[in-house]
Amino acid sequence: MPALPRKEVEEIALLARLHLEAAELAQMEIELGAIIEYFAALAQVPTEGIPPMTHAVPMDLRLRADEPAPSLPASDALAGAPGRDGDLFVVPAIIGGGEP
Amino acid sequence: MTERAELLATWEPVIGLEVHVQLATKSKAFSPSAVQFGAPPNSLTDPLVLGMPGTLPAFNRAALALALKLGVATGSKIRARARFARKHYFYPDLPKGYQISQYDEPLCEDGFLDLIHEGAVRRVKLQRIHLEEDAGKNMHVGSVSHVDLNRAGVPLVEVVSMPEMHTADEAAEFMRSLHRLVRWLEISEADMEKGQMRCDANVSVRRRGEDRLGTRTELKNINSFRFVHNAIEHEIVRQIRQLERGERIVQETRLWDADAGTSQPMRSKETADDYRYFPDPDLPPVVVDGAMMGSTLHGMPELPVARFERYVRAHGLAPDDARTLVNERALAEFFDATVKAHPGEKSGRVIANWMLTELLGALKAGSLSIETSPMPPARLSDLVQLVEDGTISGKIGKEIFEESFRTGEAPKAIVVRRGVQQISDEGALIEIIERVIAANPHQVQGFQAGKDALFGFFVGQVMKETQGRANPVITSDLLHKRLGR
Amino acid sequence: MTVDWLSAAQTAAQIASGELTASAAVDAALDRVASFDEKIGAFLAMDPTAREVANDIDRRRKAGEPLGPLAGVPIALKDNLVTRGVATTAASKMLAGWIPPYDATVVEKLRAAGAVIIGKLNCDEFAMGSSTENSAIKRTANPWDTSRVPGGSSGGSAAAVAAGLCAGALGTDTGGSIRQPAAFCGVVGLKPTYGRVSRWGVIAFASSLDQVGPLSRTVEDAALALEVIAGVDPKDETSIDAPVPRYRDALTGDVKDLRVGIPHEYFDGAIDADIRGALERVKALLVERGAQLVDITLPHTRHALPAYYIVAPAEASSNLARYDGIRFGAAATDAKTLQERYMKSRAGFGPEVKRRIMLGTYALRSGYYDAYYKKAQQVRTLIKRDFDQAWHHVDVVLTPTTPTAAFAFGAKASPLEMYQADVFTLACNLAGLPGISVPCGLTGEALPIGAQLIGKPLDEATLLRAAHVIESVLGITKRPKAVA
Repeated sequence: MPALPRKEVEEIALLARLHLEAAELAQMEIELGAIIEYFAALAQVPTEGIPPMTHAVPMDLRLRADEPAPSLPASDALAGAPGRDGDLFVVPAIIGGGEP
Repeated sequence: MTERAELLATWEPVIGLEVHVQLATKSKAFSPSAVQFGAPPNSLTDPLVLGMPGTLPAFNRAALALALKLGVATGSKIRARARFARKHYFYPDLPKGYQISQYDEPLCEDGFLDLIHEGAVRRVKLQRIHLEEDAGKNMHVGSVSHVDLNRAGVPLVEVVSMPEMHTADEAAEFMRSLHRLVRWLEISEADMEKGQMRCDANVSVRRRGEDRLGTRTELKNINSFRFVHNAIEHEIVRQIRQLERGERIVQETRLWDADAGTSQPMRSKETADDYRYFPDPDLPPVVVDGAMMGSTLHGMPELPVARFERYVRAHGLAPDDARTLVNERALAEFFDATVKAHPGEKSGRVIANWMLTELLGALKAGSLSIETSPMPPARLSDLVQLVEDGTISGKIGKEIFEESFRTGEAPKAIVVRRGVQQISDEGALIEIIERVIAANPHQVQGFQAGKDALFGFFVGQVMKETQGRANPVITSDLLHKRLGR
Repeated sequence: MTVDWLSAAQTAAQIASGELTASAAVDAALDRVASFDEKIGAFLAMDPTAREVANDIDRRRKAGEPLGPLAGVPIALKDNLVTRGVATTAASKMLAGWIPPYDATVVEKLRAAGAVIIGKLNCDEFAMGSSTENSAIKRTANPWDTSRVPGGSSGGSAAAVAAGLCAGALGTDTGGSIRQPAAFCGVVGLKPTYGRVSRWGVIAFASSLDQVGPLSRTVEDAALALEVIAGVDPKDETSIDAPVPRYRDALTGDVKDLRVGIPHEYFDGAIDADIRGALERVKALLVERGAQLVDITLPHTRHALPAYYIVAPAEASSNLARYDGIRFGAAATDAKTLQERYMKSRAGFGPEVKRRIMLGTYALRSGYYDAYYKKAQQVRTLIKRDFDQAWHHVDVVLTPTTPTAAFAFGAKASPLEMYQADVFTLACNLAGLPGISVPCGLTGEALPIGAQLIGKPLDEATLLRAAHVIESVLGITKRPKAVA
């Protein structure tokens, strides 16, 4: 079974924001490689012109009336926050990355 | 030629805009927490806005209705089954780790936005208009960032133009036109200072005659009409200079620094973007039903650019005046209502003149808006009528306007109370002219000896005798006859 | 019969008639939890208000107030169902310390029906697994043989019901997570049609596949529970707006002329001999009762496993992006940079969850989407079309729930081997169809065997009717010895 190249494993881990220890990386190479090889069987299934399913039971979106409901009090919204300053969430300084 | 003009003779800038407009709903796009500007931090959230486990989105009908209105107003094709997709990236202001947006099945495509540019209408094609949710706000303070999620989940439309504008002026005009349109249709307040309308610009340049687009940069933080103009202008010149030096343009995102008047590349991200879009399994396709489409079409008012064209064509207004009148829907409605109350071949121009000088001046002086104008269209039309039928002179008319605007009294009543009706009766005027002539024999001699300038003296004397009420045209005629010249 | 092994319906009936009090029913359940859960390890947390709620029901009964259909019945919930004020972890360290400010819709509905929620049950972390071994918190044993797994991911729910620690439980089923543990533990497990039950408050694993359903000791209880929890919910855009029948009325004992599809794809492969034998007895019983067996083919079934293991991880990678250590849950608060905050906080996921996030991220990357996610969704359409064809000829489809009975802890060495445990249950989720696992006997090692019935969309009633017939003749009457 071909392993997934380390570089690719690292790229995916970064994209998913998952810190992986060296041993985990090594394991991922092998396990992901095996699973992805197993997926390859699907490529043989003819699917030309077959619509991809997005909802098992087809339906249209229901629309919600534009009526505001009470918000959570800020104290509740922040109750579980690992880092907070008053009513604000706190994270390490944002530099560069992230949103476009 | 200036240096800039020389550069532009060789190089052609190409500009495309991506404009985010917050939709004026009462609640958020996918949950019922309230939308409000300036509320205390994190006071407008709920489990969904916070991205808590187990929450699911439920879409706001008003957001769809408003986006649809914009789609119809821009002549866009409305997709029968539009779809929401998830756009993934990690950022503290994005609680779910993905933004609900639209990807390859947006609500609106292939529309256009009409600009009033240099006195004429210019059509800019739109690639798409799609629905999405806003993110919260990050505030950077020293070694940490603060996150306020009040704005997270506010419904937005993203309007994407085709890259087919060529000057910074045109781009700024695109913004103004879109701003005018969304306000006109009450889709958004579009207050740029409140971030209700935000713009990113894609700018590239290419040698004139070349078909292929040059490498583009994306400009961010250009959230005023002036910044849009200045940042794009700066970027065009920067790119051309760089190309002229034989350097290549780097595809990058640049942040506009309005204070410095320059842009800087944003620090490169630690990972390449890969938004991993896929159709949101929590949200079935958005279907615009016949009733909603019908009411959107039925409720569509005459749009600002159509009105601009009508004012120029049917009322003979100068393009600049017509443009000012359509800047705000209420102003145009005021104009139309006044014209309707006082129809006539020239009345459009006369009324526009009254509105653009007297009315807007008085409103501005009183810090009032057209919606709160103490002078309604019917009253302005009465006043115009009094001037037009010669009851009062134009000069008196301005005084009557001022008083009526201030007190709310009807112009006719003021005229009667102040006794300022214009005197057009020839007999009465002849009597006064005779008195003036009798009292000023030297001047009569002088005039008859050829001092033409003295004619004005006689007019002035008649006006003085009548407190300015003498009809100037008739007075002038009678004086000429009487003085024999 | 003691209070301990009463079904939910019996408990409710006795409480309604005054034969039993809600307090006694709840106390009995809590006593059993105290006696046996050390051995079983089903519960992650107890709801401290349970006795109070039971007392309130007794008070209301005395006052002559109307009682709901589950009044006083002790129920427990898989810990991926959100409960207001009661810690909800999805058996993950990532949600340590999170106290939800709201209830899942199914929880609201249970409360409204008078059910007494006694606690939260173990599962595989974020419902990802087939043995409950992926719980980051504790190990749950199979009451029939404590050296074996209870199945998963709703292993705590199945074990608790099988061990008589509660009258019934809710689980969730994304690829078999209700039916497979139900089969392993000898209880009834029902996965309703996708959209039949609201997902609001269900901690999402794979949004297009997840469904909530009951695990119970009787088919009647499954019917009763579904009556309570089913229905459209404005908070879940994918919930179906269709009337909820009185499912218990379907339990007529009559399967005459029922057309039962036998898909050879589910019987061709490796299946334990005891299970094969049990399924033959089920077929014989159905024929004896007047049903017809119809050979059918579901040719795309063999692609269900790879399709599932693309779709489910892809959606999971998206759904789990919110666990970022910023607003709630575990966080690496010592991180110096934002990037580190994300990476180190999210390192708190267990190995299987990490694996699926990685797989899903892989499959959704630009340039890979068409080959993986889109392809898998197209295969889902084909799988669904197979069933659509079958419904022209049959009313239900019969298969084994699992190819083997409960396996020992640590028996599945690789992820792929573990994934095979769901081979018979996945197609149901991929096609959005209802499925039920009903006990139909024991293996030679005295381990329960489950028969699976798959039905047409929204036709849970027919599944329940057929399952009820199987239960009445082939159901397991023995009690698991570890908890006797």
